[in-house]
Amino acid sequence: MVKRPIEPLFWTLFSGGGVVSAFFIPVLLFLVALAFPLGWITAPSYEALHSLVSHPLSRLFLFVVCSLPLFHWAHRFRYTLYDGLQIKHLNEFINVFCYGGAIVGTVVSAYLLWNFH
Amino acid sequence: MNVPARSAPRHTPYHPRWYRTPVSTYWWMQQWSYFRFVLRELTSLGVAYSCVILLCLIRALSLGPEAYEALQKRLATPMVIMLTVISLLLVLLHTITWFRLSADAMVVRVGGRRIPGFLISASNYVAWLVVSGIVAWLLLR
Repeated sequence: MVKRPIEPLFWTLFSGGGVVSAFFIPVLLFLVALAFPLGWITAPSYEALHSLVSHPLSRLFLFVVCSLPLFHWAHRFRYTLYDGLQIKHLNEFINVFCYGGAIVGTVVSAYLLWNFH
Repeated sequence: MNVPARSAPRHTPYHPRWYRTPVSTYWWMQQWSYFRFVLRELTSLGVAYSCVILLCLIRALSLGPEAYEALQKRLATPMVIMLTVISLLLVLLHTITWFRLSADAMVVRVGGRRIPGFLISASNYVAWLVVSGIVAWLLLR
Protein backbone atom coordinates (compact mmCIF):
# COMPACT_ATOMS: atom_id res chain seq x y z
CA MET A 1 0.00 0.00 0.00
CA VAL A 2 1.33 3.43 -0.93
CA LYS A 3 2.49 5.50 2.02
CA ARG A 4 0.88 8.90 2.03
CA PRO A 5 1.76 11.85 4.24
CA ILE A 6 -1.82 11.82 5.56
CA GLU A 7 -1.42 8.27 6.96
CA PRO A 8 -0.21 9.37 10.45
CA LEU A 9 -3.32 11.54 10.85
CA PHE A 10 -5.57 8.58 10.04
CA TRP A 11 -3.62 6.42 12.45
CA THR A 12 -3.98 8.99 15.25
CA LEU A 13 -7.72 9.20 14.63
CA PHE A 14 -7.81 5.37 14.60
CA SER A 15 -6.15 5.00 17.98
CA GLY A 16 -8.02 7.93 19.54
CA GLY A 17 -11.28 6.44 18.30
CA GLY A 18 -10.19 3.06 19.63
CA VAL A 19 -9.74 4.44 23.14
CA VAL A 20 -13.08 6.33 23.06
CA SER A 21 -14.87 3.22 21.72
CA ALA A 22 -13.31 0.93 24.31
CA PHE A 23 -14.34 3.11 27.25
CA PHE A 24 -17.70 4.60 26.28
CA ILE A 25 -19.42 2.56 23.56
CA PRO A 26 -20.24 -0.67 25.49
CA VAL A 27 -22.20 1.01 28.30
CA LEU A 28 -23.95 3.43 25.92
CA LEU A 29 -24.96 0.71 23.46
CA PHE A 30 -26.14 -1.62 26.22
CA LEU A 31 -28.32 1.00 27.94
CA VAL A 32 -29.61 2.96 24.95
CA ALA A 33 -30.17 0.17 22.43
CA LEU A 34 -30.93 -2.84 24.64
CA ALA A 35 -31.81 -2.21 28.28
CA PHE A 36 -34.05 0.85 27.73
CA PRO A 37 -36.05 -0.29 24.64
CA LEU A 38 -36.59 -3.78 26.11
CA GLY A 39 -37.53 -2.42 29.53
CA TRP A 40 -34.82 -4.27 31.48
CA ILE A 41 -34.04 -0.99 33.20
CA THR A 42 -36.61 1.79 33.55
CA ALA A 43 -35.71 4.20 30.78
CA PRO A 44 -35.39 7.90 31.62
CA SER A 45 -38.31 9.99 30.44
CA TYR A 46 -38.10 11.84 27.15
CA GLU A 47 -37.84 15.16 29.02
CA ALA A 48 -35.02 13.96 31.26
CA LEU A 49 -33.00 12.57 28.35
CA HIS A 50 -33.70 15.65 26.26
CA SER A 51 -32.48 18.03 28.95
CA LEU A 52 -29.39 15.87 29.52
CA VAL A 53 -28.45 15.96 25.83
CA SER A 54 -29.24 19.70 25.64
CA HIS A 55 -26.35 20.50 27.96
CA PRO A 56 -23.36 21.84 25.97
CA LEU A 57 -20.94 19.44 27.68
CA SER A 58 -23.14 16.45 26.80
CA ARG A 59 -23.25 17.59 23.20
CA LEU A 60 -19.48 17.95 23.07
CA PHE A 61 -19.14 14.51 24.63
CA LEU A 62 -21.59 12.98 22.15
CA PHE A 63 -19.78 14.63 19.25
CA VAL A 64 -16.51 13.03 20.33
CA VAL A 65 -18.23 9.68 20.95
CA CYS A 66 -19.88 9.70 17.52
CA SER A 67 -17.07 11.06 15.35
CA LEU A 68 -13.78 9.57 16.57
CA PRO A 69 -15.04 5.95 16.63
CA LEU A 70 -16.24 6.38 13.03
CA PHE A 71 -12.67 7.18 11.99
CA HIS A 72 -11.55 4.17 14.02
CA TRP A 73 -14.02 2.07 12.02
CA ALA A 74 -12.91 3.59 8.70
CA HIS A 75 -9.25 2.82 9.27
CA ARG A 76 -9.75 -0.66 10.62
CA PHE A 77 -12.45 -1.74 8.20
CA ARG A 78 -10.34 -0.55 5.26
CA TYR A 79 -7.53 -2.87 6.29
CA THR A 80 -9.97 -5.68 7.07
CA LEU A 81 -11.20 -5.55 3.48
CA TYR A 82 -7.64 -5.19 2.22
CA ASP A 83 -6.27 -8.18 4.16
CA GLY A 84 -9.34 -10.32 4.54
CA LEU A 85 -10.88 -10.20 1.11
CA GLN A 86 -7.71 -9.17 -0.78
CA ILE A 87 -9.63 -6.77 -2.98
CA LYS A 88 -6.71 -4.53 -3.84
CA HIS A 89 -8.16 -3.46 -7.19
CA LEU A 90 -11.05 -1.76 -5.34
CA ASN A 91 -8.66 0.12 -3.07
CA GLU A 92 -9.63 3.63 -4.18
CA PHE A 93 -13.31 2.87 -3.85
CA ILE A 94 -12.82 1.34 -0.38
CA ASN A 95 -10.85 4.38 0.81
CA VAL A 96 -13.55 6.76 -0.39
CA PHE A 97 -16.25 4.59 1.16
CA CYS A 98 -14.52 4.25 4.56
CA TYR A 99 -13.04 7.70 5.15
CA GLY A 100 -15.89 9.37 3.26
CA GLY A 101 -18.37 7.55 5.50
CA ALA A 102 -16.52 8.72 8.60
CA ILE A 103 -16.45 12.32 7.36
CA VAL A 104 -20.16 12.24 6.48
CA GLY A 105 -20.95 10.77 9.92
CA THR A 106 -18.90 13.50 11.61
CA VAL A 107 -20.66 16.24 9.64
CA VAL A 108 -24.07 14.72 10.44
CA SER A 109 -23.29 14.48 14.15
CA ALA A 110 -21.99 18.08 14.21
CA TYR A 111 -25.13 19.25 12.45
CA LEU A 112 -27.51 17.29 14.70
CA LEU A 113 -25.79 18.36 17.91
CA TRP A 114 -25.32 21.99 16.89
CA ASN A 115 -28.99 22.33 15.92
CA PHE A 116 -30.27 20.24 18.84
CA HIS A 117 -33.41 21.77 20.30
CA MET B 1 16.86 -21.65 -28.70
CA ASN B 2 18.13 -18.34 -29.73
CA VAL B 3 15.92 -15.71 -28.14
CA PRO B 4 16.88 -12.14 -28.93
CA ALA B 5 17.51 -10.18 -25.74
CA ARG B 6 15.19 -7.24 -25.25
CA SER B 7 16.73 -3.89 -24.56
CA ALA B 8 14.42 -3.34 -21.58
CA PRO B 9 12.06 -5.74 -19.80
CA ARG B 10 8.48 -5.23 -20.88
CA HIS B 11 6.43 -3.57 -18.14
CA THR B 12 2.89 -4.78 -17.70
CA PRO B 13 1.25 -3.21 -14.68
CA TYR B 14 -0.64 -5.53 -12.28
CA HIS B 15 0.45 -8.67 -14.14
CA PRO B 16 3.80 -9.78 -12.74
CA ARG B 17 5.37 -12.59 -14.73
CA TRP B 18 6.66 -14.60 -11.78
CA TYR B 19 4.64 -17.27 -10.05
CA ARG B 20 2.94 -16.58 -6.77
CA THR B 21 1.01 -19.08 -4.73
CA PRO B 22 -2.53 -17.80 -4.72
CA VAL B 23 -3.88 -17.22 -1.22
CA SER B 24 -7.44 -18.33 -0.65
CA THR B 25 -9.96 -15.62 0.14
CA TYR B 26 -10.87 -17.71 3.17
CA TRP B 27 -7.31 -17.94 4.51
CA TRP B 28 -8.50 -16.65 7.89
CA MET B 29 -10.86 -19.60 8.35
CA GLN B 30 -8.09 -22.19 8.26
CA GLN B 31 -6.58 -21.47 11.64
CA TRP B 32 -8.07 -20.28 14.93
CA SER B 33 -5.45 -17.56 15.46
CA TYR B 34 -6.12 -16.11 11.99
CA PHE B 35 -9.85 -16.21 12.60
CA ARG B 36 -9.39 -14.45 15.93
CA PHE B 37 -7.38 -11.74 14.17
CA VAL B 38 -10.13 -11.14 11.60
CA LEU B 39 -12.79 -11.22 14.32
CA ARG B 40 -10.85 -8.54 16.23
CA GLU B 41 -10.63 -6.44 13.07
CA LEU B 42 -14.37 -6.89 12.48
CA THR B 43 -15.16 -5.31 15.87
CA SER B 44 -15.04 -2.01 13.96
CA LEU B 45 -18.45 -2.92 12.50
CA GLY B 46 -19.94 -2.99 16.01
CA VAL B 47 -18.35 0.39 16.71
CA ALA B 48 -19.83 1.91 13.53
CA TYR B 49 -23.26 0.40 14.31
CA SER B 50 -23.16 2.00 17.78
CA CYS B 51 -22.37 5.41 16.28
CA VAL B 52 -25.31 5.12 13.89
CA ILE B 53 -27.65 4.16 16.76
CA LEU B 54 -26.44 7.12 18.83
CA LEU B 55 -26.98 9.50 15.91
CA CYS B 56 -30.50 8.09 15.40
CA LEU B 57 -31.21 8.66 19.10
CA ILE B 58 -29.94 12.26 19.01
CA ARG B 59 -32.06 12.95 15.91
CA ALA B 60 -35.17 11.40 17.51
CA LEU B 61 -34.66 13.40 20.71
CA SER B 62 -34.36 16.58 18.67
CA LEU B 63 -37.49 15.82 16.60
CA GLY B 64 -39.75 15.30 19.61
CA PRO B 65 -41.45 12.73 21.87
CA GLU B 66 -43.28 10.94 19.01
CA ALA B 67 -40.06 10.33 17.07
CA TYR B 68 -38.38 9.16 20.31
CA GLU B 69 -41.20 6.66 20.99
CA ALA B 70 -41.04 5.41 17.40
CA LEU B 71 -37.29 4.82 17.72
CA GLN B 72 -37.78 2.92 20.99
CA LYS B 73 -40.27 0.62 19.20
CA ARG B 74 -37.93 0.14 16.27
CA LEU B 75 -35.02 -0.71 18.61
CA ALA B 76 -37.19 -3.43 20.17
CA THR B 77 -37.86 -5.30 16.89
CA PRO B 78 -36.19 -8.74 16.64
CA MET B 79 -33.97 -7.81 13.69
CA VAL B 80 -32.55 -4.71 15.42
CA ILE B 81 -32.14 -6.58 18.73
CA MET B 82 -30.13 -9.26 16.94
CA LEU B 83 -27.86 -6.66 15.32
CA THR B 84 -27.48 -4.86 18.66
CA VAL B 85 -26.53 -8.04 20.53
CA ILE B 86 -23.93 -8.96 17.89
CA SER B 87 -22.56 -5.40 17.95
CA LEU B 88 -22.43 -5.37 21.74
CA LEU B 89 -20.42 -8.61 21.75
CA LEU B 90 -18.06 -7.17 19.12
CA VAL B 91 -17.67 -3.91 21.04
CA LEU B 92 -16.89 -5.81 24.25
CA LEU B 93 -14.30 -7.83 22.32
CA HIS B 94 -12.86 -4.54 21.09
CA THR B 95 -12.56 -3.24 24.66
CA ILE B 96 -10.85 -6.42 25.88
CA THR B 97 -8.43 -6.65 22.94
CA TRP B 98 -7.73 -2.90 23.07
CA PHE B 99 -6.77 -3.05 26.74
CA ARG B 100 -4.60 -6.11 26.10
CA LEU B 101 -2.92 -4.27 23.23
CA SER B 102 -2.35 -1.11 25.22
CA ALA B 103 -0.65 -3.17 27.94
CA ASP B 104 1.88 -4.25 25.31
CA ALA B 105 2.13 -0.89 23.58
CA MET B 106 2.41 1.42 26.59
CA VAL B 107 5.72 1.62 28.35
CA VAL B 108 5.14 3.25 31.73
CA ARG B 109 8.15 3.68 33.94
CA VAL B 110 8.08 4.55 37.59
CA GLY B 111 11.43 5.14 39.25
CA GLY B 112 13.26 3.71 36.24
CA ARG B 113 11.40 0.42 36.37
CA ARG B 114 8.83 -0.64 33.79
CA ILE B 115 5.32 -1.23 35.12
CA PRO B 116 4.24 -4.76 34.14
CA GLY B 117 1.53 -5.09 31.46
CA PHE B 118 -1.07 -6.70 33.71
CA LEU B 119 -1.06 -3.64 35.99
CA ILE B 120 -1.73 -1.38 33.00
CA SER B 121 -4.55 -3.70 31.86
CA ALA B 122 -5.95 -3.81 35.40
CA SER B 123 -5.95 -0.02 35.72
CA ASN B 124 -7.63 0.21 32.31
CA TYR B 125 -10.38 -2.15 33.46
CA VAL B 126 -10.87 -0.19 36.69
CA ALA B 127 -11.07 3.07 34.72
CA TRP B 128 -13.53 1.41 32.31
CA LEU B 129 -15.79 0.35 35.19
CA VAL B 130 -15.66 3.84 36.73
CA VAL B 131 -16.41 5.53 33.40
CA SER B 132 -19.28 3.12 32.67
CA GLY B 133 -20.66 3.76 36.15
CA ILE B 134 -20.57 7.53 35.64
CA VAL B 135 -22.29 7.28 32.24
CA ALA B 136 -24.97 4.97 33.66
CA TRP B 137 -25.49 7.28 36.66
CA LEU B 138 -25.87 10.32 34.39
CA LEU B 139 -28.47 8.50 32.29
CA LEU B 140 -30.40 6.96 35.19
CA ARG B 141 -30.40 9.56 37.93
